[in-house]
Amino acid sequence: MDLIFTESLDRLLAAHCTSAVVREVERTHVADALWAEIEASGFLDALVDESAGGAGMGLRGGFELFLLCGRHAVPVPLVQTLWLRAVLARTGVAAPPGRLTLAPQRNVAADASIACQCVPYGLVADWVLVPKEAGAVLLPLAAGERRATGVHNSLQAHCTWKAAPADATDVPVEMAWLQAGALLTAALMAGAMQKVLEATLTYANDRSQFGKPIGRFQAVQQQLAVMAEQVFAARMAAQLGCADAGITVHPLRAAVAKARACEAAEKVVAMAHAVHGAIGVTADFDLQLYTRRLQEWRGDFGSQACWHPRIGAALLAAPQRSTLPFLLDTRLSSPGGREAA
Amino acid sequence: MIEALTLSEIPASAEALRPAVRAFLDEALAGRPADRLARSWMGFDADFSRALAAQGWVGMTLPARFGGGGKDAFHRFVLAEELLARGAPVSAHWIADRQSGPLILKYGTDALKDFFLPKIVKADVFFCIGMSEPQSGSDLAGLRTRATQVADGWRLNGQKLWTTNAHKAHYMIALVRTSGAPEDRHKGLSQVIADLSLPGITIRTIGDLTGDAHFNEVFFDDVLLPADAIVGAEGEGWAQVTAELAFERSGPERIYGSLVLFDAWLEYLRTLPVPSPADVALAGRLFAHLLPLREMSLALTAKLARGDSPVIEAALVKDLGTEFEQAIPNLLADALNADPAAQKPEMLLRTLAYVLQVCPTFSLRGGTREILRGVIARGLGLR
Repeated sequence: MDLIFTESLDRLLAAHCTSAVVREVERTHVADALWAEIEASGFLDALVDESAGGAGMGLRGGFELFLLCGRHAVPVPLVQTLWLRAVLARTGVAAPPGRLTLAPQRNVAADASIACQCVPYGLVADWVLVPKEAGAVLLPLAAGERRATGVHNSLQAHCTWKAAPADATDVPVEMAWLQAGALLTAALMAGAMQKVLEATLTYANDRSQFGKPIGRFQAVQQQLAVMAEQVFAARMAAQLGCADAGITVHPLRAAVAKARACEAAEKVVAMAHAVHGAIGVTADFDLQLYTRRLQEWRGDFGSQACWHPRIGAALLAAPQRSTLPFLLDTRLSSPGGREAA
Repeated sequence: MIEALTLSEIPASAEALRPAVRAFLDEALAGRPADRLARSWMGFDADFSRALAAQGWVGMTLPARFGGGGKDAFHRFVLAEELLARGAPVSAHWIADRQSGPLILKYGTDALKDFFLPKIVKADVFFCIGMSEPQSGSDLAGLRTRATQVADGWRLNGQKLWTTNAHKAHYMIALVRTSGAPEDRHKGLSQVIADLSLPGITIRTIGDLTGDAHFNEVFFDDVLLPADAIVGAEGEGWAQVTAELAFERSGPERIYGSLVLFDAWLEYLRTLPVPSPADVALAGRLFAHLLPLREMSLALTAKLARGDSPVIEAALVKDLGTEFEQAIPNLLADALNADPAAQKPEMLLRTLAYVLQVCPTFSLRGGTREILRGVIARGLGLR
């Protein structure tokens, strides 16, 4: 079941989310044709419980879909929409039509206006889930203002609402929203890094200098081996973060996933560009579609500097008082107690 | 392209082993200082190995008809990670348990199996592995030690170097040339079992920078081995060794090598009124590496349990694992001395010093970092 979903999403994205489409959306901020294909395919409720009419894939099954969104540089918040629709269904809130994204933070001014900086996919989303002290609220972008960040081809937006708009939808559920955003981003990063590795291997085998493919030089081989190690580790960390059958995010595993993805991405991006040489930074060559995203994602929902101290504090406070038992409990424990599939 | 490693689960039957191992170690390791525990799979303690054997925890993957536990690779993974994370001194039986036993089981004659396996399981015999030679380290295929067929067996001549535990082990499984010439490289090599008490064998111990001595040079001077000394097929030694390396490189010993030190440091931080933000972040960073690494090691074990030989993936995890093991002492050496005025536990400092000194070997044994990265590159489709 999950495999069928994964394979058909891969085919759909290969056909309708080509690099030309990604560039077009980045230029125009219009993604209606791509979104219509995704919507028509029935993917949007893949993570929603079966009892609520979805495919019940949960985080565990959704992980492969998240990876695909990363490796295809999908220029719409599909990962966020998949997860948020499942959260809404679980909460008993009807999901609004369109694309949902997640804000990393909320700032409320004295006049009650709400500001969210650097909202991922803010330029192409319809709704933003904004965390509150308790629960969250879904705000329609149509009722607010969005500003491009000024970063070339970025789909992030600075979003503001004068006050809570009339059709704001309350989402009365306790969730580790920041950790959820971090985990989804980590999975996207793992997918994009896999793509970057494959592209770099292909380039290293194709490009010749000194009479032989550059991939035959030991110095290059050693770098590519390190790159592969980083990609594998980041993927495993993200998969472990998404190991739950349900949709509730385990805060510590999510933190590890994001921290590890960030450390890996720094090396992977640098090595990919080093191997590609000058062509890698040109607009026409596809590598930049992935490395630009990876650099942006490193910051989204917290970097290592955000997550390492939180992970360390949990480890130091661990009642187990030694690392392996703590690690095993972290791996096995479900978020907020045992969660049924 | 290498197949991605994916989440694997330890079967409940194997996981059930864990509490008993922990209880055993609580008692067996009580009172051992951290700097001794930090030696772990370099720590030779025959009595400890026999006590483990009495629990049925040596050779637990060998079939019951040889006295083994008949358990799968997951059982061994659980046992190994509990032993290594605690720094149990497993060196005496480790090679026999991890490599020699499975090798004899897979390639040995019935006579070899009947003779060796029950003794391995009881921790009555310990093994070492003879690979490197003076002129043949990473370039193992260039080795020169030779076994020549004679009327009643094989005559062994040559020299092995850097053989861990040769001075304490009963047997060596050596990779030697049995046909052809050094120019034939991978062809004509075989694995032979040599009783280290035989006449003509001289063993010289080599001290290391920590004050320990585990390396040896071993000389073979017209040593007469019996006809059935060859394990497996004559001339097939290279393929056998390559498969064996997947076992050697994939174990959790490539992850937990510095964990005793890490835990000792965390325990010190827990005694402070407020640990520094830098230390808390460092603890988090190291844990963020350990968690996926352990998962990758488990994924390799799942592949081994399925009968795969994940040679390339094992190289990848080993390289990543040893980098982590080496990062711990180096980062802690920096962190612990952030405040020269702070009074630090002496045992912690001694443990740190030991691991710092020995950690360069982590990325040498079982294939150097550079060799492993070459293996990974080939697996990625380069060359």
